[in-house]
Amino acid sequence: MRFADPSTALVDDLVDAARTGDHVAFEELVRRTYADTYTLARRLVSDEEDARDVVQEAYLRAYRSIGRFRGDAQFSTWLYRITANCASTHLGRRRRHRHDELDEEVDVPDTSPDHDPAAMATASLLRDRLEVAIADLPPRLRAVVVLRDIYDLNHAQIAEELGITESAAKVRLHRARRRLRTQVFPLRGEEPLDHEVEDQAHAS
Amino acid sequence: MLPERIRDRQAPTEPCTAVAAALPGVVDGSIRLDRADRRHVEQCLRCQAELAQYRKLLRAMQALRTSTAPVPTGLVTDVLAHLEAAGERSAVRAALTGRKVAYLGGIAAATAAAGAGAAIVLVSRGRKGRLPLAG
Repeated sequence: MRFADPSTALVDDLVDAARTGDHVAFEELVRRTYADTYTLARRLVSDEEDARDVVQEAYLRAYRSIGRFRGDAQFSTWLYRITANCASTHLGRRRRHRHDELDEEVDVPDTSPDHDPAAMATASLLRDRLEVAIADLPPRLRAVVVLRDIYDLNHAQIAEELGITESAAKVRLHRARRRLRTQVFPLRGEEPLDHEVEDQAHAS
Repeated sequence: MLPERIRDRQAPTEPCTAVAAALPGVVDGSIRLDRADRRHVEQCLRCQAELAQYRKLLRAMQALRTSTAPVPTGLVTDVLAHLEAAGERSAVRAALTGRKVAYLGGIAAATAAAGAGAAIVLVSRGRKGRLPLAG
């Protein structure tokens, strides 16, 4: 299928054309989705350079496997799953390379309002506070809550892409929600949870 | 003495702690409280407030779906260039594979042709040899 003007074509038509090897259609799909894909990657890996790598890898995998895309899910959901899988692989590779424990002791720049005056100013909006709290989560908790609560993937999909069991995905989701709730919506008189102590208790 | 509902709001009780562990799942229906815990939540302002905060959290998370991060300059160009390079690599691989197939096919065809030629020569020689006897 050839498009006189791909920028006006419907996503479904572009996907159909891309599945049969239409490079122009696939390029148009990239143009329409890259901001979304980058945002997901950025939320999962919390580093701009890493997110770029994840996006490139995700589109390469999508390009190679779009012929097998059956269309029983939305194209965007399919792409989220690929992106999540790439981010998981990327974090795992980095962890092995650096020999540190990214699961819990993640080296994420501290952008919480208590430590960064600039972040304090910009975190006045709820959305900003929430994004900061999400970025502060350990990657394995962050991935699950981002994929479930923002991108609406189900537990089975999340478990498959992250290489964990569904029950592990549920446990991580609840722990992540609890952390976010205490950070962003604390109850009156509630102290933020001591997450290190909590994590040690869960790990033991 | 403070009424129970107000007391609960100020200091979490043991039932609060037990219910609080389940609330992150209660908020989306993935966990169902038993009758005793439900009754506790109905009477406990603190647990009701906590559940309300989880609902707000979920709504705020869902709202993030439509917001996008500032995209670095040149990202889409890089992605497309990366794909083009990958496409060219696979095209080169396909061409090389095609040439290899053609080369092997050529050898096979030549071998078959040589064999057929030899067979014809042998057959025609055999016929020539048998002709006198046939007559």
